[in-house]
Amino acid sequence: MKLSSKDLLGIKELTKDEIILILDTASGFKGVLKRNIKKVPALRGKTAVNLFFEPSTRTRTSFELAEKRLSLDVLNLSVTTSSVVKGESLIDTALNVQALGADFMVIRHSSSGAAHLLSKNVNASVINAGDGINEHPTQALLDAFTIKEKIGKIEGLKIAIVGDILHSRVAKSNIYLLTKFGAEVRLIGPPTLVPQELEKLGVKVFHDMDSGLDGVNVVMALRIQMERQGKGFFPSTLEYSKNWGLTSERLFKADKDAIVMHPGPINRGVEVASDVADGPRSVILEQVTNGLAVRMAVMYLLAGVRE
Amino acid sequence: MPMPKELLDKKDIDRMLARMAHEILEKNKGTKDLCLVGIQRGGVHLAKRLAGKIKGIEGAEIPVGSLDIAFYRDDLNIRKEQPQIRRTEVPCEITDMKVVLVDDVLFTGRSIRAAMDALMDMGRPSCIQLAVLIDRGHRELPVKADFAGKNIPTAIDENVEVSLEEDGLEDKVTIE
Repeated sequence: MKLSSKDLLGIKELTKDEIILILDTASGFKGVLKRNIKKVPALRGKTAVNLFFEPSTRTRTSFELAEKRLSLDVLNLSVTTSSVVKGESLIDTALNVQALGADFMVIRHSSSGAAHLLSKNVNASVINAGDGINEHPTQALLDAFTIKEKIGKIEGLKIAIVGDILHSRVAKSNIYLLTKFGAEVRLIGPPTLVPQELEKLGVKVFHDMDSGLDGVNVVMALRIQMERQGKGFFPSTLEYSKNWGLTSERLFKADKDAIVMHPGPINRGVEVASDVADGPRSVILEQVTNGLAVRMAVMYLLAGVRE
Repeated sequence: MPMPKELLDKKDIDRMLARMAHEILEKNKGTKDLCLVGIQRGGVHLAKRLAGKIKGIEGAEIPVGSLDIAFYRDDLNIRKEQPQIRRTEVPCEITDMKVVLVDDVLFTGRSIRAAMDALMDMGRPSCIQLAVLIDRGHRELPVKADFAGKNIPTAIDENVEVSLEEDGLEDKVTIE
């Protein structure tokens, strides 16, 4: 079995079997990460370029380390130091990078569809590391890997995603993935950020935290993007945390073995209380570790796709 | 297409493994610091069987591991698809251990090269030995088995298949 495309643009485009293949392969890489020597020669001689047109620490460092542990040569291009500030277009930047011999391009961009555009213009494997409000596929894959590892399955679970769903590419990718696997996905948040029409995606919408969390096996809290504050989506962060912040009292509504996830970076005390983020049910740091294994698996498998 | 021809049956395989277990013990003067590591997949089953035989002879349990060599293969750039990743699990620290690599068929020697690289990334064994059920010749690298069940001369385009009960099949070795 292999992936059908040279690119990973979104979860939407993947089949369930392809996702299972990625997660199974990631288990193998997780074993590598536990060894003393955490590097394998699998992609030796190939080159990865990380094109980050938007700030990112965790995703970029995770990709970079994943690449290095696959023995790829790595170039990092961040917008503040590249010719993009001189007005070079995305495609021109990419073609120049391709001329240097890039086999992988990992792209993070504030415009939805940037990765798709790139993939049509280059031969390298394009990996979407987050495009606008569209998708962030590797985050959903690492979340799925973490859920499977902690609970053993995804099918039939009740999974709540709390926060700014409307602007969240993490939520979109997770919704696509979790519904493909037959989980009951609940979206919780204020109506401005979690509009009723999202139910078209096959999920349930809740505006009340307590009823939404009732009996769930997984709670994913999303970062409240501070840049949205003062734009009328919610009155204030204090008000937001009062109504939709995940506190240890609210967590009692969830299943007694429920796990708490967050894609980071956390606004402590806003979407998640500190004692929950650091508590025994939190798997937030494990998500980070698993992200490495999942990204290694994605690149390893994409390298096997020859078109 | 000619039918696959059966070369060895269940009893043949069992006798060969019994002999190899004795040889391993003889060469290593017992089970001290000894560890068996099977290469996924066939090698893993054979390593477990050898460990069982060794226990029957010496009464001592020795650690048995499994090794997936996919990340170390030299053909990742030319294969049609990436090999499926199976479990790597070595239950002991291999540094200063005598590691016997176990595989079902020794052919070009390329898998063994990959396996040795994978082992070296886990630690520094005091030595690595190689046990294979079938040595079919046609080496492309300077690799030699320390313990071989049977040498079977083959043509390069023939296919030697070891099937084992652990995979839900009948124990046998066939060629076609």
